[in-house]
Amino acid sequence: MNAWTRASVWSAGLAVALVAAIVVSAAIGPVRIPPAEVVKAVLNAVSVPTGIRTTPAGTGTLMLPEIGLVYASPFAYPVDGVHAQIVVGVRLPRILMAALVGAALASAGTVMQGFFRNPMADPSIIGVSSGAAVGAVAFIVFPAALSATVTLPLIGSVDLGLSHGAGVSLFAFAGALAAAFGVYAIATRHGRTPVATLLLAGVAVQTFLGAVISYLQLQAGESLRRVVAWLMGHLSGASWSEVAATAVVVPPLFLLLLVYARDLNVLLLGEEEARGLGVAVERTKRILLGASALITAAGVAFAGVIGFVGLIVPHILRLVVGPDHRVLLPTAALAGGSFLVAADTVARAGSTELPVGIVTAAVGAPFFVYLLMNREVHEL
Amino acid sequence: MSAGPTAEGDGSDGGEVGDGDEVGDGPETDADADALVGVRDLTVSFGDVPVVAGVDLRVGRGELVGLVGPNGAGKTTVIRAIKGTLAPDSGAVRLDGDGAADLSAREAGRRVASVPQETSLAFDFRVRHVVEMGRTPHLGRFDGHGADDDRAVEEAMDAAGVARFADRSITEVSGGERQRVLLARALAQGTPALLLDEPTASLDANHAVRTLELVRDLVDDGRGALAAIHDLDMAARYCDRIVVLANGGVQAAGPPGEVLTAEALRTAFDAEAFVGRNPATGTPTVTAFGAGGAAGESDSRDAARDEADRRRLHVVGRGLAASRVVARLAAAGHELSVGVVPEGDAAAETARDAGAAVVAAPAFEPVDAETREAAAALARETDATVVVDGVGRDAERGEAGRATPDAETLAAADRIVEIDAATDDDALLDAVRDLGDGARRRDA
Repeated sequence: MNAWTRASVWSAGLAVALVAAIVVSAAIGPVRIPPAEVVKAVLNAVSVPTGIRTTPAGTGTLMLPEIGLVYASPFAYPVDGVHAQIVVGVRLPRILMAALVGAALASAGTVMQGFFRNPMADPSIIGVSSGAAVGAVAFIVFPAALSATVTLPLIGSVDLGLSHGAGVSLFAFAGALAAAFGVYAIATRHGRTPVATLLLAGVAVQTFLGAVISYLQLQAGESLRRVVAWLMGHLSGASWSEVAATAVVVPPLFLLLLVYARDLNVLLLGEEEARGLGVAVERTKRILLGASALITAAGVAFAGVIGFVGLIVPHILRLVVGPDHRVLLPTAALAGGSFLVAADTVARAGSTELPVGIVTAAVGAPFFVYLLMNREVHEL
Repeated sequence: MSAGPTAEGDGSDGGEVGDGDEVGDGPETDADADALVGVRDLTVSFGDVPVVAGVDLRVGRGELVGLVGPNGAGKTTVIRAIKGTLAPDSGAVRLDGDGAADLSAREAGRRVASVPQETSLAFDFRVRHVVEMGRTPHLGRFDGHGADDDRAVEEAMDAAGVARFADRSITEVSGGERQRVLLARALAQGTPALLLDEPTASLDANHAVRTLELVRDLVDDGRGALAAIHDLDMAARYCDRIVVLANGGVQAAGPPGEVLTAEALRTAFDAEAFVGRNPATGTPTVTAFGAGGAAGESDSRDAARDEADRRRLHVVGRGLAASRVVARLAAAGHELSVGVVPEGDAAAETARDAGAAVVAAPAFEPVDAETREAAAALARETDATVVVDGVGRDAERGEAGRATPDAETLAAADRIVEIDAATDDDALLDAVRDLGDGARRRDA
């Protein structure tokens, strides 16, 4: 079967699983809501444009009429108002955020494992997670210094007016990209970026940033609790605007990675072989690295450091669908989304809410051990 | 071309080195432009360590060129420079007429395909998928595999004999099978030129021959191939031309019969070798003996064995035992003559391959006096006469009564060294070196 056909079949199946996971997850919580009602509530919330509305504009002779779309909800199922509010207003943004972050981490992990030809690689290997953590923790510890006003040359004082959550995300995002770029710059000589050097540069930068994080924690004082919560990874309090911001970044980058799936396959043969097979190796590596760093940054910017999703999901999928990235990448993304939705459901289902990072690590570490004890680790 | 415009007006491949310097490989610009692979004055060093310098090489259509040389001579380096995975310090590589440096990876990948020495795959792709990757340079970013691609992949797998295990994982097949998978991948690439780096290194005898015959067939159909080959016999058998790479440059280039000589191999490989003819194929066959004896001693032996130690020797004997002695002494650089030997005897053939003077007589007939005298005359001029495997004892008995063809020869010999089938190579070489002690002195 053609690779893209296989990819479509697998993806369709996993997409169904993801939708099912979302519906089940939305039904679970302090208030139990039947899945059928969840579906109805979600459908009721859907608005589609049904027509064009023109409003005559002011009095000027050349003023064009104002044009807008008319929205209407095509569904009107009878649903309990409180239930609808819980599902659409509270649970759904968090669940969708989990799906997006899981997909982002899983696809970045897939690409990194292929890129480094190392089944033990994960998205944080190029320093992205550490960078994000430094950015986020710095903002949490010194919010006043970092958020209120910024003095820019020529422009003067600018009040960024960041809300606390947005500030943390923005600084995490910036920190992630800065760290990734730093690792890349350290490892690049004369336009070439040897993968082994990149790996070691990543380790060095992560170690250094770890020291910075520890120091910031010492200085954290009262905000230490929030710092620790962020570092453990969490999805609570996701709002629709944050979901929208993540949704703008993650899917396009995923598509970019998917476009390079075949080149990634060829890169697995080794860079010299890839060059001989017509792949512009250095350029491809830059694109893959850049897109992976961005998609990971988008994932961790809101949710913090969630471990193991980017490691174990690509692994399991590789065992199931094989190493061809044209199939592996979309399936891993969908499965990563489902996995994090499920993990977050577990995290929030108990009487005390757990950071989702604890759940993924608790599931991931035993699996990691299982991998080590089986022959799945061919080479390091 | 790394340099800017040159003095030559036509704008084609400007010779940075005067064309007069060219000795062996191909008449210059026009030929290079026509060649599938053209390398001019290639110099590569790793850091401060020069690997190769001033390498000229061309592979034309319908030509299989063998690249031979000792380990570390830079065969793989030259191949990598042609592939474009290694930037040369100076010199130019042209692929099908265009400078390789100006070609995109994709364009280069449509002109030349390579079979690497080995590959490492940490993920278990299926064999078919690895072969499909050969089509990469022909596919646009959003193209799927078309009918052409599928056909190319199937044909390549059939030709390389991997179709049988096409659906097995590449991590599960043997080293030899994996090498054939890489060959299939290169074939699927459908390029006019092929680069093979030790394509037969991990293949059994059957598949080694089949691989080279396949390459030979492809070349006969109009492609061109450059193959680094360790096995000199294989190189001689299948290549149109051989380029000997040694001591940082091209040592010799030309048809196998001209290039593979004992003298050339001694310089290139620092090894003593006998070049004979393979009776089954008629092509040169090389037997290397190492640099004269045990490895640990080789340095002192090298020092000891210089021009002064080269003897003028006459060999009396026949059959495989004498043939072996002739080959070994010839490889050690001694000047030989042989006789009387029956026409068609193994020793006679070997002696002729070694360029020795041979006195031969028709087999199963009495040897006439003229022939016997001719052999005796040769023996008279030599430093010593080497008698192989009891022939001498027969001859002595002959002296006593019966006439043997070797009687006159032995009588004419100044010194006699007796060798038998059990004498090993070191003892043989020592015996002819230390003529004073071991040899019997005979007065005529």
